[in-house]
Amino acid sequence: MARAFTPKVITANDLLEGDVIYFTADDSWTRDLAQAELITDEADAQLRLLEAEKQNIRIVGAYLADAKAGPNGPEPTHFREDFRRTGPSNYFHGKQEAEANV
Amino acid sequence: MYKYNEFDEAFLAERNAQFRAQVERRIDGSLTEDEFKPLRLMNGVYLQLHAYMLRVAVPYGTLNSAQMRTLALLAEKWDKGYGHFTTRQNIQYNWPKLRDIPDMLDALGEAGLHAIQTSGNTIRNTTADHFAGAAADELTDPRPYAELIRQWSTDHPEFQFLGRKFKIAITGSGNDRAVIKAHDVGLQVVEQDGKVGFKVVVGGGLGRTPMIGQVLREFLPQADLLPYLESVLTVYNVLGRRDNKYKARIKITVSENGIETYRAMTEEAFMAIRGQYDGTDQQQLAEIKTHFQAPEFRSGSTEAFDAAYANDPVFRAWADTNLAEHRKGDHAIVTISIKAHGQTPGDATAEQMRVMADLGEQYAYNELRISHQQNVILPHVHKNDLPAIHATLKANGLATANIGLISDIIACPGMDYCALATARSIPVAQEIATRFDELKMEHDIGHLQIKISGCINACGHHHVAHIGILGLDRAGVENYQITLGGDATETAAIGTRTGPGFAYDEIVPAVERIVEVYMAQREGAEETFLETYRRIGMEPFKAALYPEAQKKVA
Ligand code: HEM
Ligand code: SF4
Repeated sequence: MARAFTPKVITANDLLEGDVIYFTADDSWTRDLAQAELITDEADAQLRLLEAEKQNIRIVGAYLADAKAGPNGPEPTHFREDFRRTGPSNYFHGKQEAEANV
Repeated sequence: MYKYNEFDEAFLAERNAQFRAQVERRIDGSLTEDEFKPLRLMNGVYLQLHAYMLRVAVPYGTLNSAQMRTLALLAEKWDKGYGHFTTRQNIQYNWPKLRDIPDMLDALGEAGLHAIQTSGNTIRNTTADHFAGAAADELTDPRPYAELIRQWSTDHPEFQFLGRKFKIAITGSGNDRAVIKAHDVGLQVVEQDGKVGFKVVVGGGLGRTPMIGQVLREFLPQADLLPYLESVLTVYNVLGRRDNKYKARIKITVSENGIETYRAMTEEAFMAIRGQYDGTDQQQLAEIKTHFQAPEFRSGSTEAFDAAYANDPVFRAWADTNLAEHRKGDHAIVTISIKAHGQTPGDATAEQMRVMADLGEQYAYNELRISHQQNVILPHVHKNDLPAIHATLKANGLATANIGLISDIIACPGMDYCALATARSIPVAQEIATRFDELKMEHDIGHLQIKISGCINACGHHHVAHIGILGLDRAGVENYQITLGGDATETAAIGTRTGPGFAYDEIVPAVERIVEVYMAQREGAEETFLETYRRIGMEPFKAALYPEAQKKVA
């Protein structure tokens, strides 16, 4: 039996900066996972991924990543996506630094 | 030291211009990522977890001060102020922007550095003993041969599309500091009947299926180096598997076909190819050798050194740990630790790179080295200059006296940077180093190598560590497997797994338990961890690591 579908977000890296980005419900990209579209339907997920991949000129390597609904929007369920959301643990660099500078 | 000739300069400039145009075409959309990816990889550009990564080769680990300053410039101008030295004598920049990379490559080119063949299925940067040309135990400097291999393999049409990456390491000493037995081809300079040649080892490698290389030729006359290597590669290209990229390594080819078959085929190919080498490679080698002349060593008394050694315990501790024997008695080889307790192993800031460049220029005949153990070396230093060097290092956070000790850890970038990682490596290394520094046990424990990789690719060499740590993903949680008894030297061995892995917060205590067993069991302070392990075996360590399992058996 196929495994039950778990909610996903679409994520990729930005072409110019290389940093982690997420696909939103209005077909744009955000650097904030909480702003991403949480996709709960399997067929929908494949269609949305095709939609995202059309933006090849701006992004690299889009894929579906597991996520769950949180009080402020999608949250990661796996530690890899958690690190991608925040940045490395040895320096205050990457997303955590970018956010501190907002 | 080798200096690029005009041909190399023109080649690099042209290659960089080509890449600049490719980047522009990716940015304006005329190249897709699928088209662009192989092109960027040919120029050392990866896309990692949080950013691009540029990998720059330091051929056979040798640099001059101007080149080190260029590495600092890149860190400062186009990155976040630091670079990461790797186990392959490369430096990686973790935060470049795609648009800036062509400028970075141009700056490197002007300093005679490049990122060619630091990625892709080709012959990678040939690595060498980091004490080459300086060590007291060396037969001859292996770097001219490494440079010959670099020139022969760079853009060699037959070897641009190998099934997989291909790595060559070379040492001029019987004490192997280049891990030659864990490379696709390992070369050791040896002497037979007064003639210089090579012992050729093939089929070593770490990664998914770790293997120790086997001897293909006990003695290869030095003039036959390139035709013989070409034959080894040709046989691999013919026999090597391409059906499965994990099996497309010479270690698999050698183990599946047997060393005898591999040898017979290599010798046959060698007979066919040898005649095509008309001696120009030997002229090239002779020319290269003129660039590796030893510097005009100063001589003089070592009074200042002797006085500092007698009177300053901090200096003495550093000298005892971080110096190695130079072939000239009044000189020393200095290893600068870039593993201060709690720091990221292998990271140096732009300022630190400049400090080291200045020291190289002022005291080390303008030469520096990068070691596969992720440290920086001043290969030739007159002993009287050591107190001044130590003082400068101390003022810049570079005087940690821990070379070869438990905090001199090799760690790959792991999940903090690497897109392939299954767990983090860096924070584990940081915590182990900090913990043993707090315990003040490090010098008492003595020679002990811990190496950590964040996935089975084994970039951190964990298989050949005395204590190896491999980070894995167990159902969405970081988990760490331990191996014991690995060895990266001439007595190379692959470590043995202790048993089930440990959670992130259990891994430092687990290492502590292993060290406690060693301290309790060793026959005096002279018996190293590895010697103790070889004498008492795995069981006492297992008993300490898995007391619950032991109870069940009882
Ligand atoms: C972060 C980017 C990196 C990527 C994507 C990467 C990728 C890989 C892969 C896929 C392999 C396995 C090759 C195979 O078995 O065919 C490998 C092996 C290796 N890498 Fe890396 N690596 C990275 C960084 C590093 C770093 C930072 C170091 C040094 C600290 C390093 C040193 C090595 C070494 C020594 C091996 C040899 C394993 C063998 O003998 O097969 N790599 N790497
Ligand atoms: S061992 Fe794995 S995690 Fe570490 S650098 Fe290599 S590929 Fe990345």
